[in-house]
Amino acid sequence: MGKVIVVTSGKGGVGKTTSTAALGAALAQNGDKVVVVDFDVGLRNLDLVMGAERRVVYDLVNVIQGEAKLTQALIRDKRVETLYLLAASQTRDKDNLTPEGVEKVIEALKSAFDWVICDSPAGIERGATLAMRHADVAIVVTNPEVSSVRDSDRIIGLLDSKTLRAENGEQMEKHLLLTRYDAARAERGDMLKVDDVLDILSIPLLGIIPESMDVLRASNVGAPVTLADGRSAPAMAYFDAARRLKGEILPITIPGEKQSLFGRIFGRKAA
Amino acid sequence: MTRHYGYKPQNKVLSISEEVPDATIASNCALMSAPVNFLLTTSSLHQGNRKFTKLNDVLTQSRPIRLKGRSFLALALTPELPFEDWLVQLDALASRSAGFFLRRPIVLDVQGVEIDRSQLRELVNQLGARNVRVMGIEGARSSMLGPDLPPPMQDGRAASDVELPNGEETEKVAAAESVVVSGPPTKATPSIVVNQPVRSGQSFFHPDGDMTIVGSVASGAEVVSGGSIHVYGALRGRAMAGTMGNASARIFCRKFEAELIAIDGFYQTSEDMDPRLRGRAVQIWLEGETLRAEALS
Repeated sequence: MGKVIVVTSGKGGVGKTTSTAALGAALAQNGDKVVVVDFDVGLRNLDLVMGAERRVVYDLVNVIQGEAKLTQALIRDKRVETLYLLAASQTRDKDNLTPEGVEKVIEALKSAFDWVICDSPAGIERGATLAMRHADVAIVVTNPEVSSVRDSDRIIGLLDSKTLRAENGEQMEKHLLLTRYDAARAERGDMLKVDDVLDILSIPLLGIIPESMDVLRASNVGAPVTLADGRSAPAMAYFDAARRLKGEILPITIPGEKQSLFGRIFGRKAA
Repeated sequence: MTRHYGYKPQNKVLSISEEVPDATIASNCALMSAPVNFLLTTSSLHQGNRKFTKLNDVLTQSRPIRLKGRSFLALALTPELPFEDWLVQLDALASRSAGFFLRRPIVLDVQGVEIDRSQLRELVNQLGARNVRVMGIEGARSSMLGPDLPPPMQDGRAASDVELPNGEETEKVAAAESVVVSGPPTKATPSIVVNQPVRSGQSFFHPDGDMTIVGSVASGAEVVSGGSIHVYGALRGRAMAGTMGNASARIFCRKFEAELIAIDGFYQTSEDMDPRLRGRAVQIWLEGETLRAEALS
């Protein structure tokens, strides 16, 4: 059985879709079977970032409504053959996502893939709650600024109460992915520092993705940043994050901060 | 500046139905235009506790009939057999202190007194003739009671003994001999411990006792307690202590960055708080109608 990950944030524009694509591609490059699922019905983007927008025939809503089989709707990536996409519908109403339908699709994907990564829409409405409902692991994407941090805090509360795991009394594994981090601006006080964010959210840190033009460039050519340029700073940060997801323990480096000889050996950990 | 948002101290209110305390709070809150707005706070977590979430429903539905439990101090009279002698003593007491039983709620405690229904009715009538009006009967078997007799009462709690008037000090009459509580018995007030951070948008409501939060209370979160509140992390959201009318409740936190604090309805927003306390370990208490805060060194 595969693991179901939800990439969520509450706030929009913090990098959920970018992170879903980048982590999916990073995991798949190790040979794991990965499917990325877009839950943003009506405002889909994951197909663009994956460069598959012209190949979408059937989508998640079609599958839920029984108009297409799951195998017909899965789009295989042309660059990494273990990476698949299940697109969202752009035209349908999001009310077409039913809890029972979503459960069926997730169960089917779980049995066929190692990782099912659900790209949650922004907000705390139906789409977002359905995306997180069946997750085993949550990646909370946060920018180092106050509104994003508070929204993430809200989402963590929902993860602890509205998900299937929470309702069964189990703990939901939660990770913080800090994106668009600019060390210079954090130093000047324009942004929250890493420790401030960790102090407020108190969940373990999965990685810090630096603010970079490479991310935008990659989206524009329709490739996850981990596929477009594996050597770029954000790509390397995503690769590290993917390894941590698989259980490896790696020290976390803060992009732009000079690494002292001893300073970062043990990395940092939050509650 | 400390402002009050319209709670009235109602420390004698015991809850009979689940919704009553909330409805009371809600209606009190709705009456005022202060910034504490319970309607904006929805909670997602405290299924185990009272239904604070139901505030919205309560306000939009037509008003339910309001039932409140309330406890009063009553005198419990314990008659002894033979009643003739006992009544003589009672008359002696009444003669020393005219009007001792007047306007006092009296409960007749017949526990262990071997009488039947007609004897009980006779006793109640005798007492009535002496202007002792019996509001309830404690410790009687149900077979002894009837519609023509005062209703049965249960679960009385003892209070301090009453000073019986003697010849000289006829006017000095203190509290009651023992106390009868109407409504359900008050349970011990347990404190609760919240072992997780209180997240933005969450609201924890514990009307009866103290509340201890081991983690932090996030900005946009809210903890409401009938007793004191202890936060062993940062308090960034709202904390309201002593909400059921407990002015001696306090708020303690290890890192004080609260948006709003309140004790017994008196509140302060972060703008009104001493900026030097920010980020420090702080305790807050109520002095008269003013909230006082001090760093815990």
